[in-house]
Amino acid sequence: MYPFTLERPRDLQAALALRAQAGRTDAPVEYIAGGTDMVQLLQEDALRPDRLVSLAGILGNQIEVGPQGLRLGAAATMAEVAAHPAVVEQFPLIAEALLASASPQVRNQATMGGNLLQRTRCPYFRDVGYSACNKRIPGSGCAAMDGENRWHAVLGTSNDCIAAHPSDLAVALVALDAVIEVQGANGQRTVPVVDFHRLPGNTPHMETVLEPGEVIAAITVPPNPFARHSHYLKVRDRASFEFALVSAALALDINGDRIRQARVALGGVGTKPWRVPQVEAALTGLTLDPAKLRPAAALAAEGAQGHGHNDFKIELMQRAIVRAVEIAGGRA
Amino acid sequence: MTGDKFTRRKVLTVAAAGTGALIGGSLVTAPVSPASARRASGVPGPIDVVLQVNGSEHRLSLDPRTTLLDALREHLHLTGSKKGCGLGQCGACTVLMDGKRVKSCLNLAALAEGHQITTIEGLARGDELHPLQTAFIERDAFQCGSCTPGQIMSGVACIAEGHAGSPKEIREWMSGNICRCGAYDHIVAAIQDAAQVLKG
Repeated sequence: MYPFTLERPRDLQAALALRAQAGRTDAPVEYIAGGTDMVQLLQEDALRPDRLVSLAGILGNQIEVGPQGLRLGAAATMAEVAAHPAVVEQFPLIAEALLASASPQVRNQATMGGNLLQRTRCPYFRDVGYSACNKRIPGSGCAAMDGENRWHAVLGTSNDCIAAHPSDLAVALVALDAVIEVQGANGQRTVPVVDFHRLPGNTPHMETVLEPGEVIAAITVPPNPFARHSHYLKVRDRASFEFALVSAALALDINGDRIRQARVALGGVGTKPWRVPQVEAALTGLTLDPAKLRPAAALAAEGAQGHGHNDFKIELMQRAIVRAVEIAGGRA
Repeated sequence: MTGDKFTRRKVLTVAAAGTGALIGGSLVTAPVSPASARRASGVPGPIDVVLQVNGSEHRLSLDPRTTLLDALREHLHLTGSKKGCGLGQCGACTVLMDGKRVKSCLNLAALAEGHQITTIEGLARGDELHPLQTAFIERDAFQCGSCTPGQIMSGVACIAEGHAGSPKEIREWMSGNICRCGAYDHIVAAIQDAAQVLKG
């Protein structure tokens, strides 16, 4: 771990004034909240901030459910949200995605805000023994492009970066039209989760739309009719405590045996949490007949590009969508 | 064997100091990111940290980089919590923070202030072992023992959370603790036993 000064501000205003930059690899001042990812990144020297600003105890951790939907304070832990009775009852997709993530120890500590800001698991980003990583060192190249890229993205990639976004929670939130309340020194603004992460383009070291000083203060999810028919399907190399190779967040509104409305988002395949509106449109009006579902799911592969080891994800994500629709619909 | 001049702990301490120097040296050659290139010089000085561990208060002066695990092991000499991976992957460092299980290697010690920490050393009451410690002995739930303190701390929380209902449930909720000897079957059995004892 490289040396840093640890700031423990008394309140949020004092923290914001230090203008830490979340979600940028070259930031000289960074935040730490639950710390489950940040401490790993510091231990591995992947991040080397001069100053670390602690958000411990100064962000809200409330979990509120009402007519406006769900509101999660940024400091609420994954374990708290996953176990909250109203979340389980009304937003089961979120609880499922959380329980499919990490380990019980990590879920006790990791926060909602931090989960959205966690960094990619690309081994070439995490291992500083590799010199080529545009996300870690802008302009240095991408070792994953011709390297071991079985875990990497097939959607939203660029010539500079193919790192997959690792969050399960974010995939569920994108499917449910969740919105982030961003707090800065000069006030609040809202950003839909689907617009929060940037595509890598030629600046993969800039991961989110957060400006210096800004923090995630809360996440809101509007009320929805999907509680009875949703499913988070996660395909991975081991049954627990593993990141997704492919995941599908499915939420259906079903009328009789027909899909009235569908929400579909994918994890493990995109450089950011990936919503597929073209699949949602194609699913509308269908029954749960697998022969009909498959062509709809195939639309998710529009623009997908494999890099060798990860080619299998293009087929796997289509099958994952079909399976998740069947499970959410109660067929499988 | 070697009398009291060279205890196992003293030898380990000397060995660890040597390893640290080597690691420190190798880091200098790693690729440098812009953030670190901007650093002018110097290492920030130690900061005051107050930790509540196993019911006792400890006032420490620590490098800000010190993890809770390193504070426990190197400064408070509570070496029950083990350093396996140091990256939150193996679970050997699991402790309870305000009764909830966490990985002490993923916590900065300075940010653990104000929380009650319980380590494996704080689990027994005097000479009376915790029921899960007893169950680990009776079920032979370890071989090398390196993961055992973490397994037991995690298992205690697993039971308290109500996640020890079936072997399948225990396996899922103990997935944050790796055992390279492969004693999983016996670990699951020990947790089932202890859950029964604690229920009764």
